[in-house]
Amino acid sequence: MTTQETTVVTRRMNRFLTGHTWAVYLFFYLPILVLVVFSFNESAAFGVRNWEGLSLRWYRQMFANDNLMAALRVSIVVAVVSTAISTVLGTAAALALERYRRWIGKRTFDALLYLPVIIPDVTMAAMLLVFFTSLGQQLSVTTIILSHIAFNISFVSIVVRARLSNLDSSLEEAAGDLYAGRWQTFRRVTLPLIMPGVLGGALLAFTLSLDDVVITQFVKGPDTLPTFVFGLIKRGVTPEINAVSTLMLTASVLLVLGSLALQRRR
Amino acid sequence: MSARTDAPVTAQLEAAAERAESRRGLSLALPSYLYLLFLFVVPLLIIGVYSFASRSRTGRPKLENWNLDSINKLFTDDLIRSIFGRSVVVALITTALCLLIGYPFAYYIATRRERVRNLLLLFVMIPFWTNFLVRTYAWRVLLGEDGPLTELGRLLGLWDSMLFTLPAVYLGLIYGFLPFMVLPLYAAIERLDWSLVEAARDLYASGWGAFRKVTLPLTRPGIIAGSILVFIPSLGAYVTPDILGGAKTTLIGNFIVNQFLTARNWPLGSAVSMAIMVVMLLATVWYFRSGARTL
Amino acid sequence: MKRLLIILMAMALAAAACGGGDSSGLVDAAAACGVDEVDGDLDLYNWSDYIDPELVSAFEADYTVTVNEGFYDSNEAMLPQIESGGNDYDLIVPSDYTVTIMADESLIIALNKDAIPNLGNVAPAFTGLPYDPEDEYSVPYQWGTTGIGYSYEVVPEDWEPSWELIFDPDFAPEVSGQISMLNDPRETMGAALKYLNYSLNTTTQAELDEARDLIRSVKDRIKLFDSDQFEDLLVAGETLAAHGYSGDFFAAYDGASTDSYDAYEDFGYGIPKEGAVAWVDTMAIPVTADAPCTAHTFINFILDPENGAALTNYNFYASPNAAATPFVDPDILDDETIYPPDEVFERLEFIADTGDFETRYSTAFDEVKS
Repeated sequence: MTTQETTVVTRRMNRFLTGHTWAVYLFFYLPILVLVVFSFNESAAFGVRNWEGLSLRWYRQMFANDNLMAALRVSIVVAVVSTAISTVLGTAAALALERYRRWIGKRTFDALLYLPVIIPDVTMAAMLLVFFTSLGQQLSVTTIILSHIAFNISFVSIVVRARLSNLDSSLEEAAGDLYAGRWQTFRRVTLPLIMPGVLGGALLAFTLSLDDVVITQFVKGPDTLPTFVFGLIKRGVTPEINAVSTLMLTASVLLVLGSLALQRRR
Repeated sequence: MSARTDAPVTAQLEAAAERAESRRGLSLALPSYLYLLFLFVVPLLIIGVYSFASRSRTGRPKLENWNLDSINKLFTDDLIRSIFGRSVVVALITTALCLLIGYPFAYYIATRRERVRNLLLLFVMIPFWTNFLVRTYAWRVLLGEDGPLTELGRLLGLWDSMLFTLPAVYLGLIYGFLPFMVLPLYAAIERLDWSLVEAARDLYASGWGAFRKVTLPLTRPGIIAGSILVFIPSLGAYVTPDILGGAKTTLIGNFIVNQFLTARNWPLGSAVSMAIMVVMLLATVWYFRSGARTL
Repeated sequence: MKRLLIILMAMALAAAACGGGDSSGLVDAAAACGVDEVDGDLDLYNWSDYIDPELVSAFEADYTVTVNEGFYDSNEAMLPQIESGGNDYDLIVPSDYTVTIMADESLIIALNKDAIPNLGNVAPAFTGLPYDPEDEYSVPYQWGTTGIGYSYEVVPEDWEPSWELIFDPDFAPEVSGQISMLNDPRETMGAALKYLNYSLNTTTQAELDEARDLIRSVKDRIKLFDSDQFEDLLVAGETLAAHGYSGDFFAAYDGASTDSYDAYEDFGYGIPKEGAVAWVDTMAIPVTADAPCTAHTFINFILDPENGAALTNYNFYASPNAAATPFVDPDILDDETIYPPDEVFERLEFIADTGDFETRYSTAFDEVKS
């Protein structure tokens, strides 16, 4: 145990904390367990009384379902593009706010960045719909991407700012003395230092984009996965959705473990 | 050169440097600034304008007959006030419960070894990479008449089917927002200067005293950040109350959606939305007044 | 800063004032449509699970076009999408009262009847209905009723259906707390109004208040409000009675039946004796359509006797197409809850838009839920 651990918690407290933590993890994973288990259910209906035995039926059907696959593709495209753009914009915004003391409109910008976080989903959805259509813009994948960027810039900037505000700027100042220009300082010192924050922000943005239902529902041309599921509710949710979710889950876990393994090697 | 003639030149150079600084800062922020102005502020203003419009049969605002009806309703209509009150209570309780559950959880993670910490955090995030609707429907299976949790409750003689009741709504809300509480808390606890805590333990001779007088106040920014990140979406939540609560209680989120869709009354929906935003804005301002610089 | 704000406000006002489509060009184009003419792919915006995929494929094959389908789950979700003009759907399937609204707001075009020769197949009972008196804007697609689906655990098979199952606090105590009602203000308030012997299109606040108080007083009997899965919850045993749409129940009972189990032995559907909602879903063409001729051809295609029957055989709703009757599955035809006899039909009411009074229904519903 580290210094933190030995000084901070008594053994009894540690046991309580451990038990509590395990309970919370169980809480987090119970529905996940349900959805994974039911993706292998032979029967179409949900509910424990409808368990009919193991089968890969839904995985097969899922790949054959064109609408589902199309929605999945749209979801991923939207998430990747909007995350990339909002991460760049959000990081730049965070830098501007934390590393530059005074510039025109700084305080307004600061406040502006918090608005997307506090506005109710449905209001943002309605106002974006009105906005796009007033401009005569056809609803499409582009409008979805534009909408996702709108709220993701704020989330990314919040995360990066938290990281930046903790950093000792003397490191960057020293680099400024050693290196030729600002860009070099940024690339070789600042960026690596804030990278955990940037990645954290990107991760958050990706998750928010992938999961968004309300806003996407209003401004979509084609369906994304969440809106497709939303529409399925009426038609009857089949376990194909569970199959998709299980696969996506597996993919993300593998991705995470993979990147951890890479980090360890470095 | 004498020292006296140096001063004005230095001052000029400094001023020029500051202006260059200022320009660079602005240009870094400019893309986001413009983006937000056009894709956020303008639509928001449109909604604001709609609050004063009158309703057409399809629900969309008619840009004539400007009136204060919708705004008026915010202050006078009993239904809206009771729905709003109820929603605030639900959001507050959800936030409190998330805090109670989340703090020990975050504390545990923050006090592990570094490599374990990151792994533990990732395992918090992973469930949230599945589709939100699918997760919520999974809770329906768990809490339904035949659900495993219900069977367990019946066995223990403690509870019956919780589906479509208020506790189920709280369960769903806490499930959805707990990570938003845990992450800021973790960040705050991890940054603690443990030597202070150690000193406090020596001083107070009791873990609880040290916690109350030192750890808790030091992690206050995290507590407030987490609370805001949970309170705000809880206030606007409407999918969870519908799916797990059986749509038996109208919360402010449901009410706003109803105005835009079912009741077809966009002016009222816009007015209520603006009101909610004002409330949330006030909460955020209070947070910054309490001394924090960033979320 | 202030100047910027003013500029933005101006933009906002300008943008808010814009929007809406120009329909004149489209009406001319539609007038020129010939029978079986196609002018592009069909963008169909329909309710979920409302058309047999095979029928769609048949249309695609017959006319060598592609059909792109979009789905919605309520008229109120469809309206803003069409109104905003952000899509170019060619055919939509609005319900009766929505047709009136959309026609009044110039969101749908007057149909070119010359391009729809099969119009004669529509049963007389479904022509000239109040929501579209001259049948200018819409053609009936399917119709059905909203009644009660129930388990025979709580009422016997020969029980005469009545709203008392929901609203009478002393009736069938074992069903208390096991009922689901639709999450729709007009439908649910309408059910209460019918039980109280009022019109479900009332514009009398006192009557609406009475209906609201009635539902409030029996709120304990209601387990949840749901418009999407009411039939599945009933079959799964989560509820013992459900307020919902005829066809959805039958589709669920059919789906739950296997070779060894007949769901119809455990579950039934009834149109309450006090009266209920009859609704008609129709086909209409938005002003923003970019393939109006294909849309007209599709309407004609659906009105074909065999295709109309195929619809019914797929979604278990009744067809307003008189010529389709010989092709409809006899089991469905015989079912009086799908094809009700005249005396039942008389007790049914169509939902009509109540204009400015409309928001009161929603308010009353919210009050019930408070």
